[in-house]
Amino acid sequence: MNRIKDAFAKKQKNLLNMYFTAGYPRLHDTVPLIKALSEAGADLIEIGMPFSDPLADGPVIQASSTVALANGMNLRVLFEQLQGIRQEVPETPILLMGYLNPVMQFGVDNFCREAAAAGADGIILPDLPLDDYVAEYQDIFRRHNLRPVFLITPQTAPERIRRIDELTDSFLYLVSGPGTTGGANTQAEGVQEAYFQRIEAMNLRNPRLIGFGIGDKASFQNACQYAEGAIIGSALIRALDGVDDAPAAAKRFVSSVLS
Amino acid sequence: MKPTYQQPTERGYYGQFGGAFIPEMLYPNVEELRQQYLSIMAEPEFQQEYQQLLRDYVGRPTPLFEAKRLSAKYNTRIYLKREDLCHTGAHKVNNTVGQILLAKRLGKTRIIAETGAGQHGVATATVCALMGMECIVYMGEVDMERQKPNVYRMRLLGAEVRAAMSGSRTLKDATNEAIRDWISNPVDTHYIIGSVVGPHPYPDLVARLQAVISEEMRKQLLEKTGSELPQYVVACVGGGSNAAGAFYHFLEEPSVQLVAVEAAGHGVHSGHSAATSVLGTPGIIHGSRTLLMQDEDGQITEPYSISAGLDYPGIGPLHAFLADSKRARFISIEDEDALKAVAECSRLEGIIPALETAHAIAALGQLGAGPDDVVVINLSGRGDKDLETYIKYADAIM
Repeated sequence: MNRIKDAFAKKQKNLLNMYFTAGYPRLHDTVPLIKALSEAGADLIEIGMPFSDPLADGPVIQASSTVALANGMNLRVLFEQLQGIRQEVPETPILLMGYLNPVMQFGVDNFCREAAAAGADGIILPDLPLDDYVAEYQDIFRRHNLRPVFLITPQTAPERIRRIDELTDSFLYLVSGPGTTGGANTQAEGVQEAYFQRIEAMNLRNPRLIGFGIGDKASFQNACQYAEGAIIGSALIRALDGVDDAPAAAKRFVSSVLS
Repeated sequence: MKPTYQQPTERGYYGQFGGAFIPEMLYPNVEELRQQYLSIMAEPEFQQEYQQLLRDYVGRPTPLFEAKRLSAKYNTRIYLKREDLCHTGAHKVNNTVGQILLAKRLGKTRIIAETGAGQHGVATATVCALMGMECIVYMGEVDMERQKPNVYRMRLLGAEVRAAMSGSRTLKDATNEAIRDWISNPVDTHYIIGSVVGPHPYPDLVARLQAVISEEMRKQLLEKTGSELPQYVVACVGGGSNAAGAFYHFLEEPSVQLVAVEAAGHGVHSGHSAATSVLGTPGIIHGSRTLLMQDEDGQITEPYSISAGLDYPGIGPLHAFLADSKRARFISIEDEDALKAVAECSRLEGIIPALETAHAIAALGQLGAGPDDVVVINLSGRGDKDLETYIKYADAIM
């Protein structure tokens, strides 16, 4: 059984993957946010594991990571919080997104065991090289039934996209254009569409979700024309900034995207 | 090919250190560089242009100066490799001259760089002016304050200096911002990294471009001492580019003791230090597996040094390997002793060193060098940029 596969089997289009940073805005918002996002209609949930130096992230997720770390978030706390989540949110796939160094320090095998025990289905580590994944991580991931998710960008060569497609059985994370998370699309008209169509025409095994710069109903719907769905992160983090009731704000945000 | 200290494996490993841990967004650029850097650098036209610029623009070879009064004080034979006499005032320009020629051959039109003390930023802005290329330098906000003259120098040279506002707002954060810029500009931009850090091939690329330092040292030592090989080569290490250059052609000469000097800040175990070889553990920083200062959760911690060029929480993977294999000896020097070394070098030799370099000079007393031993200190930079700090700490220095 894998909840990621099930989610894509159940719903072939317009899947919404919502990202938030664990421990933000407050340390114990993690589980209430998962429940709220799932209830509001998110099809997948991506939990950011905060890191001091998140190279692929823009200022919004960087700032949320800094707050989360100051709140005391770490992997041990996150796994404790996630205990029992599958009684409350049985079906929605949960992915853990973060950077390699904290995972390495935790121990890759420990990390995968704890992640699987906590009910996670997939792992996104943008700075894990493909060759290292194959050489050192693949067996561990498989043993714990965790699916890796790899990023594809407009510059990723076709043969490399094929290789990435072979290496996973979840979805492909299509980075919408050049830039870190939360940036606006600054590409010339038609460039982004041509890229999405080029990937679509490759007839890959895995479904695709488009992320980076997707932040509202219009950009979500646009992305869904070219892929099975899209990922929203920074816009939700922004919506949680300074609110008293983070789960309520998260529900309102998801409703605004899906309305 | 068997990996050596000089030559990492094909995937960029020195022992267990190195590699390229980068997000997919950087992969095409880094891979292009990896596939091409050695062949481009081997081209006769590249070499001719590079050597000519080193001679006529940088002012190489730099002198190897016998420091007689320092020698008398420490009762050994001390030679100073005068990288402070390079154009722009430090060794950093050896690397930027090479990388700008590489960038041109890769068809890049826009250059980005990170800088700590500002020396690499100035060296990058300089070669960009020379080649008519757009130049953006990221610098921590704290460092912009500490090294104001260099900020103005970069601007005068036509570069745009962008403040890094995240984290401790120093070198680590400037490097993060430069990497993010590269992610956002994947086609036209080359990132000139200033030290032997970052994903493969940067550590090897920068080491090769700085290797001219030790290449010259060997020739000059033969002329002045009758032997190409000294007993000691001493250099300060932040990321480690001047040390990599000073060590390079001695790496496979076991009789030469290599001494890397780190910044201990207020004391190695004071919580305000940048002595990575002591405080660091293996992990990943800026795309490289190396020794770095981190907490038990793998969060990178903030280093401290009075010197803006040494407060980096990692060291290059080559240096991590030199420390791990004990090929090099690592010494750490506190702020106060570095400041005293500034005065010592100034008054005994008439040379005002950079704060970074002063750490290497301050290690002289700990070497255990005998009267007949030859000690080469890589005098990596001059102290003009640090005058404000020297004035502020005048009491400690004098």
